[in-house]
Amino acid sequence: MREILLSGSGGQGMILAGIILAEAALREGKEVVQTQSYGPEARGGASKAEVIIANKKISFPHIEKPDVVLAMTEEAFNKYTKCLKENAAVIVDSTYVKNPTLTRGDLHEVPITALAEKEVGSPLFSNIVALGVLIGVTNIVKESTIKEAVLARVPKGTEERNLKALELGFIAGKNIL
Amino acid sequence: MSQTMLVQGNHACALGALAAGVRFFAGYPITPSTEIAEILAKELPKVGGKFIQMEDEIASMGAICGASLGGFKAITATSGPGFSLMQELIGYASLAEIPLVIVNVQRGGPSTGQPTSPSQSDVMQARWGSHGDRGVIALVPSSVQESYQLMIDAVNLAERFRTPVIFLMDEVVGHMREKLVIPKTTPTIINRRKPEPGELPYAPGPDGVPALPPFGEGYHFHVTGLIHDETGFPTGSPEVTEKTIKRLHQKLENNMDEILRYDELHSADAEYLIISYGCSARSAEEAVRMAREKGIKAGLLRLISIWPFPSDLIEEKCARVKKVFVAEMNYGQVTGEVTKVLGRSKVQPVLRVDTQMITPRQILEAITREGN
Repeated sequence: MREILLSGSGGQGMILAGIILAEAALREGKEVVQTQSYGPEARGGASKAEVIIANKKISFPHIEKPDVVLAMTEEAFNKYTKCLKENAAVIVDSTYVKNPTLTRGDLHEVPITALAEKEVGSPLFSNIVALGVLIGVTNIVKESTIKEAVLARVPKGTEERNLKALELGFIAGKNIL
Repeated sequence: MSQTMLVQGNHACALGALAAGVRFFAGYPITPSTEIAEILAKELPKVGGKFIQMEDEIASMGAICGASLGGFKAITATSGPGFSLMQELIGYASLAEIPLVIVNVQRGGPSTGQPTSPSQSDVMQARWGSHGDRGVIALVPSSVQESYQLMIDAVNLAERFRTPVIFLMDEVVGHMREKLVIPKTTPTIINRRKPEPGELPYAPGPDGVPALPPFGEGYHFHVTGLIHDETGFPTGSPEVTEKTIKRLHQKLENNMDEILRYDELHSADAEYLIISYGCSARSAEEAVRMAREKGIKAGLLRLISIWPFPSDLIEEKCARVKKVFVAEMNYGQVTGEVTKVLGRSKVQPVLRVDTQMITPRQILEAITREGN
């Protein structure tokens, strides 16, 4: 069982990233549960998506100790890296999270939002870059499957830029290993 | 071919309603039920159905009462505050015997409460929220797949027993995404019985259920919230009143074999039995697995039909267990019902009212404490 927590601020697309990851796992024939929590506001406020991927039925849908944490803000980093599994992978967006420290787990710092802005032309793609980094670091699903899942979800006309964002993430994720 | 998708429980519920033949929805959006309205607004017109966003939940109930009497399978969806507003007309639909399904995706209350957080605190409101004595059917799904299948059952039971059915979801099941497989075989659909020539609109059949004459097909009959006789017109008769009130209960109680739904895990040899439902039953299921790994004989009885309360089932399943744990996200609503059946000494509540799901560990700890 792999438990993945994607966290950030409302509007950063963490829930969509969680849905895409869950759909990719479903495409690979896995059992999957995706949940989320967010404040009442549409932008700002803490936002969190949880994805559990397993080979057998998943009963409890929430994560107590994640294997993987993606933190797009300092608030999210401080909140969700307190209780990790032994060899957890923690991916932070170093655009916003400065000098993160962990007492356990492996830290991977990538300037996710800066990359999205510079290379894809908009911070709107930061969630897809983040998804690429997450797959690059963890190989939770195949690169080809996550590509299919991204294409099935993103708005028409944005496919090329989303794939570019994903590729950027793959490379960044693999390079920091 | 069967179709597989990753959807929310609310989405599955809406698809279940469509599969069951629902062609009318009136409602007022409210978290955490809004996706049901959103999806039906998109899908109903494609199948010749109608979607109306009403000015409030009272009007929504009025609209679905009217649509159902006009021959449509009609539903609404809401959450706590809206469910409170609907109560008067839910009672009206019970007495006027109008088939409907009211989906309540429970959130934290009282009042506006905790709009985006889960809760299971409307179990008693589903039973007694509307004034007066009457029977009620309430069904509780635990997963996305079950939200689909059970919604079909809810619509069927409403048609079969000519009564409002409460589909009692919770925020966790409503908002979580899981695999939904829509089977390729068409589901069994129950349509309301129409009257034989000369049959009165409120004359019960041998099963206690009257046939429902649809307006618009040449029938006209009187519908009222006053106690009425078989013609549908009001009467002050004590005899008719007694017969009506008893029948509103007994048409359900006497047909429990058609209504009762439950699931169980390792209950056959269980020394400690957890009774749970909805999202909490998912934690209970995990707790049973964890307990079995430790060699503790734990089991689960998951209630799917929660009203009429399955007292006989609980008596039977708990006869040989040492202790019964009721896990629910409220201050002990089903615990009280279970206690009525089994007595206080045998029943241990595992409750949570802080908007967080009961964890498997919390239930396991309760069992372990008892075992020591």
